[in-house]
Amino acid sequence: MKQSLFEHRHMAEWEQFDGLLQRLEGDRNATGLDNFPGDYRRICQHLALARERGYSSFLIDSLQQQVLRGHQQLYRHRSRPGANVLAFILADFPRLVREQWRFVLAASLMFFGSLIGFAVLVYLFPDLVYNLMPAEQVSDMQSMYDPQAGHLGRSVERAASEDWVMFGYYIMHNIGIAFQTFASGLLFGLGSAFFLFYNGLIIGTVAGHLTQIGYGQTFWSFVIGHGAFELTAIALAGAAGLKLGWALIAPGRLPRGEALRLAARKSVLLICGVMLFLLIAAFIEAYWSSMTTPTPQTKYLVGAALWLLVAGYLLFAGRVRHAPE
Amino acid sequence: MFETAALPRKATLSPPLDTRYQVETPEGIDLPLRPAGLMVRALAFAIDLALRGLILGLLFVVLSMLGKLGMGLGSLLIFAVSWWYMVLFEVLNQGRSPGKQWMGLRVVQDDGTPIGWSASLLRNLLRFVDLLPFGYFLGAISCLQSPGFKRLGDIAAGTLVIYRERPLPRPQLPPAPPRHPPFKLTLTEQRAILGFAERQAELSDARVNELAAILAQPLQVPAPQAAAELNGIARGLLGPA
Repeated sequence: MKQSLFEHRHMAEWEQFDGLLQRLEGDRNATGLDNFPGDYRRICQHLALARERGYSSFLIDSLQQQVLRGHQQLYRHRSRPGANVLAFILADFPRLVREQWRFVLAASLMFFGSLIGFAVLVYLFPDLVYNLMPAEQVSDMQSMYDPQAGHLGRSVERAASEDWVMFGYYIMHNIGIAFQTFASGLLFGLGSAFFLFYNGLIIGTVAGHLTQIGYGQTFWSFVIGHGAFELTAIALAGAAGLKLGWALIAPGRLPRGEALRLAARKSVLLICGVMLFLLIAAFIEAYWSSMTTPTPQTKYLVGAALWLLVAGYLLFAGRVRHAPE
Repeated sequence: MFETAALPRKATLSPPLDTRYQVETPEGIDLPLRPAGLMVRALAFAIDLALRGLILGLLFVVLSMLGKLGMGLGSLLIFAVSWWYMVLFEVLNQGRSPGKQWMGLRVVQDDGTPIGWSASLLRNLLRFVDLLPFGYFLGAISCLQSPGFKRLGDIAAGTLVIYRERPLPRPQLPPAPPRHPPFKLTLTEQRAILGFAERQAELSDARVNELAAILAQPLQVPAPQAAAELNGIARGLLGPA
């Protein structure tokens, strides 16, 4: 068949398909497109014919464009984030954490190990703090948690608007750290390991030093509440990063690129959970931890309850499959 | 693809020299995508960077008038702009951040389908590693050595930055009486002659004649008439208008 006859015969079909594509591209939920897959495969057949018969580049290229657009509409990854969020929070995220327990364990050991290790070291050898942190940072820390000040260092009277400031600041700062800890895992896991260790070192040093000089009460009652979410989140972000790195070190039977892609797909879900944790942590930190009216005992109790809540959530949520899933 | 259509069956295919990235669809069609190289992507990123700087600058001016509340909002917004700008544009605007749109690029999954939330988040989070140790060094190395111009974030997320398809204008074939070719044409030759006729408007007359003169001998015409002869054959292949 000559090309002009071929074009003449199918032109109407192509124009109609173009209309369908435009509707789909404009509105993802367009209706009345039941015969779209069939039409798309007709166009595919026309393209194959045009190539096989050596028709001109213009015709083949335009058909190719239509097929590409159709392909993008027909095979697009449909996700309904709204419907999945609840299932993710209630079951999928803790399940994923348990499934990746090796990386979570490794990351927790690095992070909490260095945290506790340096806290004890600094507590036993007080001078060590000046080797680990610049002196002015140490004095900043001291003035922030000075029990004589009677509040948590930032201002005499914290207005509600100031809680806002701190909320925004915590979100930016903490999620930034979590993202860094995760992303640098791509360097064969070394980056994540470094950030886990380093953050553990800083927090541990501060904790050990403040406890040693007798500011423990203000410090611990301040951090225990949001620490449950914040520290766990950092460890989980590190675990996600270690997973990336491990896929490069030991890809198994897959090519490294492919192994990385599969690992990354899981890691990014972990990161979504981490963001959720940090959001909660920032909220607690700005609105609960900074309150000075509750006694330290109350704060310790609430803090312990929050730690138990996080542990219970990660260990037990989603173990039983419910009918609607 | 079509270059190989004229080869005898079972001939080994030589890999094409150009940068096209073939996606085979479930329908058995090979779709060529055109991955965008380092330079054009760097330009697109520079545009995005400038735009972000502008947005943040404006925000600072507005929020500094709001005082404390403004500061809280400000750090939330800095966070949103610095980590989510790319993700939001890529997912909600068909894979195009403003810089990419400007440069005629878009991001797709490497099977040619539109990019989703998780892939976009991943490729933009891992940008942090591409930036190391300074000025996109790792990203540039990875981009230059990978056939699809992928930076590390693209490899992990399975994404590809390609040139957007533009609508093709219908080319005008030069007028000539339709003719039969003097010998049987292979598919590749047929495509070449049609291509010569379709793209003639983009070439100078001298170049057209020069190209056509190469074929004067097999067509058995004097060199000056070869172009007209080829146009005639193209008309003949295309069929009556």
